[in-house]
Amino acid sequence: MDVSAEAKRIMAVSISKLYASRAQRGGMRLHRSLLLSVVMRSARDLYHSACLAKEREELGTAHLVPVTPEEDAMDTTASGEQVEVEVSQVKPEPESPLTPTIHEPMSSDSEATQGACKTRTFIGKETVEDKENRSPVSPDRHSRKRRGKASVAPDFLPSKRARLSLELGEERVLRTGGRTCCRAGDVFTTLSLNSNRAIAAF
Amino acid sequence: MKCFSRYLPYLFRPSSTILSSSCHTEADIISTVEFNPTGELLATGDKGGRVVVFQREQESKNQPHRRGEYNVYSTFQSHEPEFDYLKSLEIEEKINKIRWLPQQNAAYFLLSTNDKTVKLWKVSERDKRPEGYNLKDEEGRIRDPTTITALRPMDLMVEATPRRVFSNAHTYHINSISVNSDYETYMSTDDLRINLWNLEITNRSFNIVDIKPANMEMLTEVITAAEFQPSQCNTFVYSSSKGSIRLCDMRASALCDNHSKLFEEPEDPSNRSFFSEIISSISDVKFSHSGRYLMTRDYLTVKVWDLNMESKPLETYQVHDYLRSKLCSLYENDCIFDKFECVWNGSDSVIMTGSYNNFFRMFDRNTKRDVTLEASRENSKPRAILKPRKVCVGGKRRKDEISVDSLDFSKKILHSAWHPSENIIAVAATNNLYIFQDKVN
Repeated sequence: MDVSAEAKRIMAVSISKLYASRAQRGGMRLHRSLLLSVVMRSARDLYHSACLAKEREELGTAHLVPVTPEEDAMDTTASGEQVEVEVSQVKPEPESPLTPTIHEPMSSDSEATQGACKTRTFIGKETVEDKENRSPVSPDRHSRKRRGKASVAPDFLPSKRARLSLELGEERVLRTGGRTCCRAGDVFTTLSLNSNRAIAAF
Repeated sequence: MKCFSRYLPYLFRPSSTILSSSCHTEADIISTVEFNPTGELLATGDKGGRVVVFQREQESKNQPHRRGEYNVYSTFQSHEPEFDYLKSLEIEEKINKIRWLPQQNAAYFLLSTNDKTVKLWKVSERDKRPEGYNLKDEEGRIRDPTTITALRPMDLMVEATPRRVFSNAHTYHINSISVNSDYETYMSTDDLRINLWNLEITNRSFNIVDIKPANMEMLTEVITAAEFQPSQCNTFVYSSSKGSIRLCDMRASALCDNHSKLFEEPEDPSNRSFFSEIISSISDVKFSHSGRYLMTRDYLTVKVWDLNMESKPLETYQVHDYLRSKLCSLYENDCIFDKFECVWNGSDSVIMTGSYNNFFRMFDRNTKRDVTLEASRENSKPRAILKPRKVCVGGKRRKDEISVDSLDFSKKILHSAWHPSENIIAVAATNNLYIFQDKVN
């Protein structure tokens, strides 16, 4: 499984780079973040298709319903590695209670996950960033936000609506504000299959 | 090509560097190099927000061998680190670009920019000073009013003053500035937008390109560089992270989101990899002096485009193709994100760009010959001739060759400049500036 191992490694490297860029002086660079997410997405796609192929091989093709990414929720790969993935959700950040934020923490291992998970790739947007009270990014922090498999679906819809209207509201503020005020580019990604999205929240 | 093998190197370093070049402060790293339109002045900007301007010595009959040396003319702090309280982010003081304005009087003007703010600096000489303000002389007698203040000669002083500050117009990081040929306007470019300014007006700018999608999740490309056409004040180009260049005409509409021309080469499917997108991202775009051609630099190649042909470049030059098999490691050590610049010579016959190991490459468009040179202390003794270097890509390594694995990827030449009319080049290698001159008699 050379290809999938390589893909997994590249995904891991990309994610750690994305994390590291948050601490960069001068703020996150949009161009770099975009390129990182593109590489991560292609690696993820390749990894997923490699996993699917392997799964098909193992289970046999005769009775297998085609495994579509949307239907599987939080499955693990046959290789035995279990990595949980955070799902998107609306949840007020403890540090910034004023506005709801979409927070998509990474999986606790820095490794990217397998493809057969129902997740979305988008980057959460924090409208008000309270740097002082923010806890440092750490695996433990993410694990607290982990949600069970059952709650995956319902969390999506409300979050999408709230987020869109939030974005629109911000756009209006941005356009009318005399001084351009933009959001702190807080970038979190999780992996998804259908997503063609790159970077939000800049 | 014979002239390129005979370069007389000069070595310059910012005066604040007191250690050897192997250990230097980050603030001394040169981030931009630019000759002024006559070539008399050379400006460098560094990560510490400083600008150092060099001036060419006048030729003198007494010392013919020192023809045209560049000496420090002025040093000033252009940008300081700032803090954006709204975003809780520090704004780096690193000078991203310097562009000179054409000279219209005795003073020199340049634009320098960091990530968020563009400043117009006036560099002028002062060799007289007013003296004698006292109305009475030492003995108490009232002085003749016509002699009260007079201009007396003084030691030459070069002073730099900020004349305009263009701020608060960019949400994203500014990557380019370009002065228009009308000498009245200029544009500043960030990842998603291009703004047009009048040089006299600082509180207003016009947005002429905006590629920010309504939903940021749909973002697929960013603007990486932009430049005005050197003779048509209504035309400019901008390059993207997807490897395309768009030419826009400001007469068509106020917002130039729709391009007039799109220069794009279809990707070679055999070269597809995880990193295809990264290496196709254009890091620099430059019009030829004639305005007829466009040069673009991506990670592995330099391409020359004819403005009349959009489907593919006129010429493609491989800068360091031996890195194609090493993209994964270059991704891991971040080198794949390096943004190399490219320059034309005065007659548009030769193009130059940098590489790793302090190598830089020149390509002669007419003879199709190319050369690899190195900017280093060892071969930079005065009057030494730069020896062409060669990278061995496999198989037997010859004596003078260097193997790909021995290349020092921390030594990269990202910024360089070519004198507008003569064969003088300025090459920035980390914190050192090398100036090489062609000594053809």
